[in-house]
Amino acid sequence: MNRTTSSLPRLRGLLQGRTRQYGMAIALVAIIILFQVLTGGLLLTPLNVTNLIMQNSYILILAIGMMLVIITGHIDLSVGSLVAFTGAMAAIMLNSWGLPTVVVVPAALLLGALIGAWQGFWVAYVGVPAFIVTLAGMLVFRGATLAVLGGESIAPLPQSLRVIASGFLPGQSEGPHLPTLLLGVAGAAMIVWIQWRSRARSRARDLPVAPVTVTAVGSALMVATILAFTYVLADHNGLPLVGVLLIALIVGYAFVMRSTTMGRRVYAVGGSERAAALSGIRTKRTTFWVFVNMGVLSALAGLVFTARLNAATPGAGTMFELDAIAAAFIGGASAAGGVGSVVGAVIGALVMGVLNNGMSLIGLGVDWQQLIKGLVLLLAVAFDIYNKRRVGGSTPIMPKLRSHRRPSPEP
Amino acid sequence: MSTVNTTPHTPGPLLRMSDIRKEFPGVRALDRVSLDVAHGSVHALMGENGAGKSTLMKVLSGVHPAGSYTGSVEVDGEPRAFADVAAAERAGIAIIHQELALIPQLSISENVLLGHEETRYGVIDWGATHSRARELLLRIGLDENPALPVSALSIGAQQLVEIAKALAKNVRLLVLDEPTSALNETESERLLELLLDLRDQGVACVLISHKLGEVMRVSDEITILRDGRTVETLTVERDAEGRPSVEEDRVIRGMVGRDLDQRYPEGEGTIGPVRFEVRDWTVDHPTQVGRRVVDGADLDIRTGEVVGLAGLMGAGRTEFAMNLFGRSYGRYVRGSLSRDGEELRVGDVADAIAAGVAYVPEDRKSLGLVLDDDIRHNTTMAALGRISTRGVIDPGLETVEARWMSEHMRVRSHGVDQTVRTLSGGNQQKVVLGKWMFTRPELLILDEPTRGIDVGAKYEIYLIVRRLAAEGACVLLISSELPELLGMCDRVYAMCEGRITGEVAGADADQETLMRLMTRTGEKK
Repeated sequence: MNRTTSSLPRLRGLLQGRTRQYGMAIALVAIIILFQVLTGGLLLTPLNVTNLIMQNSYILILAIGMMLVIITGHIDLSVGSLVAFTGAMAAIMLNSWGLPTVVVVPAALLLGALIGAWQGFWVAYVGVPAFIVTLAGMLVFRGATLAVLGGESIAPLPQSLRVIASGFLPGQSEGPHLPTLLLGVAGAAMIVWIQWRSRARSRARDLPVAPVTVTAVGSALMVATILAFTYVLADHNGLPLVGVLLIALIVGYAFVMRSTTMGRRVYAVGGSERAAALSGIRTKRTTFWVFVNMGVLSALAGLVFTARLNAATPGAGTMFELDAIAAAFIGGASAAGGVGSVVGAVIGALVMGVLNNGMSLIGLGVDWQQLIKGLVLLLAVAFDIYNKRRVGGSTPIMPKLRSHRRPSPEP
Repeated sequence: MSTVNTTPHTPGPLLRMSDIRKEFPGVRALDRVSLDVAHGSVHALMGENGAGKSTLMKVLSGVHPAGSYTGSVEVDGEPRAFADVAAAERAGIAIIHQELALIPQLSISENVLLGHEETRYGVIDWGATHSRARELLLRIGLDENPALPVSALSIGAQQLVEIAKALAKNVRLLVLDEPTSALNETESERLLELLLDLRDQGVACVLISHKLGEVMRVSDEITILRDGRTVETLTVERDAEGRPSVEEDRVIRGMVGRDLDQRYPEGEGTIGPVRFEVRDWTVDHPTQVGRRVVDGADLDIRTGEVVGLAGLMGAGRTEFAMNLFGRSYGRYVRGSLSRDGEELRVGDVADAIAAGVAYVPEDRKSLGLVLDDDIRHNTTMAALGRISTRGVIDPGLETVEARWMSEHMRVRSHGVDQTVRTLSGGNQQKVVLGKWMFTRPELLILDEPTRGIDVGAKYEIYLIVRRLAAEGACVLLISSELPELLGMCDRVYAMCEGRITGEVAGADADQETLMRLMTRTGEKK
């Protein structure tokens, strides 16, 4: 009995500061259950789950990059136009210039990097607000897309490109897809191993750890989720290739942001640029590279979107920037910078994606979909602010107002 | 001085707060605190950080509305319950916070009469507004064009504008929270004079300050708070020469609850040979071309030595220190920094840190810390290499190191997960010190390390500095408080108008000698 009572505050301590992420994860589960019921089980059919991944892949890719930009305290409004422009250039390289896909893909990513460098230069080294630079970029690259496409679409595209967005892991055609299942089991084992190893390391150093039961329940939930997910996918065509790409991106970026000095510098620059500069962090360089990264991820999203559409169109990617920004904020970013996580961005993007998909399945029109998504964004952020104010957490949106409501330290 | 009291006095105090209790979740901030302020008096409120001074003043000024505390507030013998700041202002009570509440882009008159503009049928009569503003400015002795934007004024003048703004609301009791913490000596002097003038005009004042000297100079009564309780109220009489009847040590004792037999710890280590040499360091202003802010500064620091740098505002001390620290301020013109006779290459801050130089900035909130991050991340921020291998951070090692440093620096917190914004000023400063200690510096530059910190925490910071020096580090201490320099430093350099004007060994130093050097202007090389 004693054990459990003493472990409760410890657990709360471990959860603290991540209320928004946990809150949104719970909200995501709630939304999934809600639509699963409303659609009479259609939402979680193998076919629809596969569709969900494919439909939202480019927004997820953009949301990861956008999260980094927002953590540094900036914003990028140009990603939708970049998706269109890089997609258009890829299509031109493939269809008009006849270049092979293995050359076009890196070339398109390089183009994205160059555009990111161009924007990063103005933001980091000249000091033009990112809002302005990327608003300009939004217009410039939309115009450039129209110019290179001559106002027309390019289609169809070679199968070698389309496979990026529509291909699956190779495997047998009969029964559940074995490679997907194996991958799922391996992934689950890996996560459990990492969780318990880090717990053991903390113990060895005499640091506070969650009670065994909590870690065990956490591991069990993780394993169950992964296995259920892979089983559902395996029941259709297996894991889509774009799913492999997404997993690699999410794991890679989450690792960089959480566990490397590079990630720590990005947070520091966003948290206080001047304090970061006086701590020996090259803040301009950091900001510059965050924009280069956004450019590369925009190009990647452009390739995936173009491949999925099997066409490069002048209007591609319109409003993608807003979906990506909304995903980041729903997932726990702060407009002031310095706060947010890659996993949060993914959860935010999935909330939006499931809402889109679920509402379409039950036959709600685009009008209602937009309205509801807007309210979800507003409520998610409002809930977070309310929550922080209550527990006296970190980021003040209106410092004046806040200081009246909590015990402020004496000056 | 002639007393021109315009308001008729009721017998009894202007303000009587009794048995005030205020609780925040988990903290009892005020526990039966009482405070009487007499008509036309300057009443100082003293106490360490966290003693409850600001909370008490927030109760008084309606920031914490009636109902959120228990106890009574009486103004002129009448019980009052202020629902908000406006209600307190209508009763003649105004508070001026440390962070000024002026709108920089608006003119002086607009700021002074914000919300109280002279209007005719709802339209602002600018002529009348400006002339009313000018009257108020005359009253506070600020001779500026009321149409000037506030951003054009110095911090000191802005502080006066803030007072004029309070006067526009017919204030009878003015609360000032650390009004001089951002002011230089002349400006502080002017502000204190104004408080005395206002007192003679019948405006009482509650002064919150950590500066004992100024409190002793102007206050008629001193109330000391400790841990949310009233310790005592002292009445200050002055003899013919203006010497106060209350000893400074008495006040300190009340604040910290014990005797501080010394205010500065003794140095223990031995001083070795010259370690760091700065030669001909010259810096230009970052934007004004050709304006020298540091001009050919030379100085030496020995192993285990605490060297002071004295100077008035604008002498170029911070500019010098920041430029030395990887050219983080201004434009480097020339100069060399060497360690053990070997010249160091310090092109940017990262180089400086790698060369063993650390700079603890004056403005810890915006330059020293990421306020919304926790103690752990702030501690390791300037030396990520120490907790990572090939760019990958070891989170356990980071926690262990941050905990050790936090204990070593005696940071009072409930763990390294605590957000630094929620720490008191003294503890924030210890986190900044810890952050720089974590870089294992050989030369530690401290810029006003005890500004805005209470007496107890100051002493702890002095101890840390002394211990560092004893361990063989070189310390360069920049301070505006001469007693602090004299108490802490083995040697003091004086700076004026960007030049080093002299050097005094600790034993021979006194305030007069230093002040003479600090004001030695106009010598051209």
